[in-house]
Amino acid sequence: MTALFALQSVNVCFGRVPALSGCTLRIAAGDRLALIGANGSGKSTLLRTLHGLVAPAAGTVQVDANVRQALLFQRPHMLRASVLHNVALGLWLKGAPWALARAQALQALERLGLADLAARHARALSGGQQQRVALARAWALRPQVLLLDEPTASLDPAAKREVERLMAEFAQGGMTLVFSSHNLGQVKRLASRVVYLEHGRLVADLPTHDFFNGPLPAAAAQFLKGETG
Amino acid sequence: MNTFSDSARTALSLITSLDPAFAAIVARSLAVSGCACLIACSAGLLAGAWLGVARFRGRALVLALLNTALALPSVVVGLVVYLLLSRSGPLGFLGWLFSFKAMVLAQSVLVLPVVTALVRQVVGDAEAGHGEQFASLGARRFMRSLILLWDERYALLTVLMAAFGRAVSEVGAVMVVGGNIEGFTRVMTTAIALETSKGDLPLALALGMVLLGVVLLLNGAIALLRRWREQVDAPAAAQAALPAAPAASGAAP
Repeated sequence: MTALFALQSVNVCFGRVPALSGCTLRIAAGDRLALIGANGSGKSTLLRTLHGLVAPAAGTVQVDANVRQALLFQRPHMLRASVLHNVALGLWLKGAPWALARAQALQALERLGLADLAARHARALSGGQQQRVALARAWALRPQVLLLDEPTASLDPAAKREVERLMAEFAQGGMTLVFSSHNLGQVKRLASRVVYLEHGRLVADLPTHDFFNGPLPAAAAQFLKGETG
Repeated sequence: MNTFSDSARTALSLITSLDPAFAAIVARSLAVSGCACLIACSAGLLAGAWLGVARFRGRALVLALLNTALALPSVVVGLVVYLLLSRSGPLGFLGWLFSFKAMVLAQSVLVLPVVTALVRQVVGDAEAGHGEQFASLGARRFMRSLILLWDERYALLTVLMAAFGRAVSEVGAVMVVGGNIEGFTRVMTTAIALETSKGDLPLALALGMVLLGVVLLLNGAIALLRRWREQVDAPAAAQAALPAAPAASGAAP
């Protein structure tokens, strides 16, 4: 299958601190890839590298030129504006006229069941609602690949379930998902493939069932034991 | 003490009677500082926002110079503008020296670094905090600077008010380039300096009270604005916000 992303021996450094070292990874259409690892293991850096926000110091990052992608941050920033305008902004920045951007933003909010929030001030929403609005902002761009950086961290259980439900819906619709998470239950529910990172190195890349049931490299096994034990 | 209480009483009567000469000085002061802020803010907002997101070789040097300019003594600004506008100076052909325009120019030069540096700080902090999110949506640096400028508009209003406070309370620059000509270039601060030296304390005190009143109004407006903003942004109120920059509290030398 043709890869949407192909990383070959990618190194990323912040100053003199290595954030990714020798990462080689291929992501194909339809993958539901979970990135796991301890804090500082390079999950967010890998997502930002895939999205083109971070340039590699060495190695190559090949991205299918036709692929539309969006990145959802752990703590999405909402402009001091209405929910509708926050969602329309992404479309407007991609070149849509403002009136069209507003119309498409409203469609996105309706699709995600947030139409009743359209006129609300985005900063006045709860964390869970803001995360769903951010999902709508990403979905409005009609991405083929959605990158999510710990999308349910710091959300309450109900908001977590809602975001997970939307992610599952997107995946069923054919969207490729790449997400980082500390929640192994969520990884089991959503991912078809798991990548384990440690100190910026890609230690394991396995189908979800094999990752949780099969033999693992020692570092990944130790991590899993610590998380589940 | 008697001198002070007598002066204060006379000053209050001057204010309440709206003495025409007194009112003209106050109006001229507000007009000069208002125009200067308008000009300085037009340039300072864009320059500060751009510096907040731009990364280029020599940026640290530019920022160091900008921060140094914050401490520019107003008399030095007055002197430089005087030299520029004097008959033999490069801008002498304008014939602006000892005019309203010269005072506006001098205060604009004085306030521009204040606006630029504070806007740079506000937008720079916003860029560090969430600029990447707008970049991920496709906003390039210049567009990002405009978006962040708009998003931080309440914090920036505080900056603008602080800038006006700086302009309206300075005395050195307008004294040098305006000449303190009665009925023409006399403003509150230069009048206070003159009347005090002449011993006309009631007029000086009345002007001082109005000056303090203007600054008090500015601070009140800032406080109201912040309270309103906190109510609108209730869940986000705990996030980092620019602390209110207090407007200047008196005449700067």
